[in-house]
Amino acid sequence: MDYVIIGNSAAGIGAVEGIRQVDQTGSIAIISDEPHHTYSRPLISYYLGGKVEQHNMYFRPKTFYRDYDVEPMLGNPVTVIDAAGHTVTVAGKKIKYGKLLVATGGSPFVPPIENLAGSDVFTFTKWDDAKALAKAAEKAERAVVIGGGLIGLKATEGLLNLGLNVTVVELADRVLSTILDEKASQIFGTHLKSLGVTLITGDTAAAVNRDGEGSVTGVTLKGGNTVEADVVVVAIGVVPNTVLADTAKVKKERGIIVDEHLMTSAKDIYAAGDCVETFDILRHIRRPQPIWPNAYEQGRTAGINMAGQPLAYKGSFGMNSIEVKGLPTITVGMYDAVGPEYEILAKSDAESLTYKKVIIHNDRLVGAVFVNDIDRAGIMTGLIKDQVNVKAFKHDLISDNFGYAVFPEALRKERLSS
Amino acid sequence: MATKAKTTKKRRRVQADEKVCIGCKLCEVACIVAHSKSKNIIRAFNEETPRALSRVLVEESKPLTFALQCRHCDDPPCAVACMTGALRKDPETGAVLHDREKCVGCWMCVMVCPYGGIQRDMREGKAASKCDLCLELDEPACVAACPNAALFVVEDED
Repeated sequence: MDYVIIGNSAAGIGAVEGIRQVDQTGSIAIISDEPHHTYSRPLISYYLGGKVEQHNMYFRPKTFYRDYDVEPMLGNPVTVIDAAGHTVTVAGKKIKYGKLLVATGGSPFVPPIENLAGSDVFTFTKWDDAKALAKAAEKAERAVVIGGGLIGLKATEGLLNLGLNVTVVELADRVLSTILDEKASQIFGTHLKSLGVTLITGDTAAAVNRDGEGSVTGVTLKGGNTVEADVVVVAIGVVPNTVLADTAKVKKERGIIVDEHLMTSAKDIYAAGDCVETFDILRHIRRPQPIWPNAYEQGRTAGINMAGQPLAYKGSFGMNSIEVKGLPTITVGMYDAVGPEYEILAKSDAESLTYKKVIIHNDRLVGAVFVNDIDRAGIMTGLIKDQVNVKAFKHDLISDNFGYAVFPEALRKERLSS
Repeated sequence: MATKAKTTKKRRRVQADEKVCIGCKLCEVACIVAHSKSKNIIRAFNEETPRALSRVLVEESKPLTFALQCRHCDDPPCAVACMTGALRKDPETGAVLHDREKCVGCWMCVMVCPYGGIQRDMREGKAASKCDLCLELDEPACVAACPNAALFVVEDED
């Protein structure tokens, strides 16, 4: 094979599309331990809640592999990468590669919890997780979700849509603490409670409680309280899955280290998506930035490079869009900043649960938070990405009718004429 | 999608001339009608509830007014960010098209569109809504409706 891609999600598919922009004839194999045609992992909460049916789970049409002349090898994991010999091993068989992409994604982080092993306990990152949870939820009334981050709250939404009573247990003092500032978290917490969710913060699970037959009866928290439940979802977080990359001895820190062409420390082995760490252009550090758009773009960029056309990946910054049964919320870049060098403009309305905040540094926008008022948020993302000087119109940034009409004429024309 | 297709660089979009825009918003009316069920202005506004959304937005900061809609980017950030595959650049026409049936309204596209060109359509379940260039018409409805030629189609091919 000219190209072997390990991973069949955003980064893997991005790589196929990137390779084919440059090379229409080279042979491509895409390998995944999951048996499914490429599907959208973020949709699993919608699937769980009955909002998306099987046929709409797929990220690309059923004809995708044929259209792009890709050989899909689905249902078996790659067990070993031999960097020197340029081979990967799948189901005991060696496949030779010219260029390899490792897009193994993230793995759910599961802390030590007593009695965790057994039925009725789930992580929530793959389609099969959602299928298993949906089946268990059929005969369940109460669920406890360990972790009040993005995955935990999307699982919560799915479970609410199935009519379950849900308790969310979050170790931090507020939900979504890694993507929202305190105020936005509070609004989100208020919203969750209004949906009937029981929210426990500053605590986490110590043990899963089971009856004599092994069925879950609840969770005992570190603080000593007990939450009764029929199913448990562990959604503490996701860490880069570097297990396979380790077999090729590529350099890693928190995630696989790649250069600006997304190549690892091993020649001809590239990596992209949630398994890598990349440069955060706002924080000026390397870190895993496991979000869908980054994964796709990294995969596509890696693919273009693998096909021989050098294209630098400049890095990215964090951004998230989350909605749990209403209350659309978007954060882009920094969501909090302390220090005299930062200027923060914000406004909120407690009744309508709306909140807007922007963070400015050296007259450049470096972060924005929007709760329940997200229309045209992308204009802000563009200003952050391009580090546009916003001095002339910064007080309009949080106004209700913010748009290009408040831009200085020259800047407006520059940005709208392309 | 043609087999192993390269990405086309064909690009077509509606451009506004703010100097001659009179702020009448007839483009918004025409867009609503073009995307209504009946395609009839009276029925679209009086009978179809909830009413279709305009995919073109007239921005105002008097005396300045201009219309803005999807720029149908060469490399659309919305299609990169779309987690369902609902947003795709059509290689034949160059248009950035949206499949409402696949969309779940996650608003990733709203988060990344640098033009603010994607609306949230909350009718019958939530989904994104954006300019589709009225591909089934001879020219986009907004362009046809503009009384002062402030809107026109720009086309280029790489």
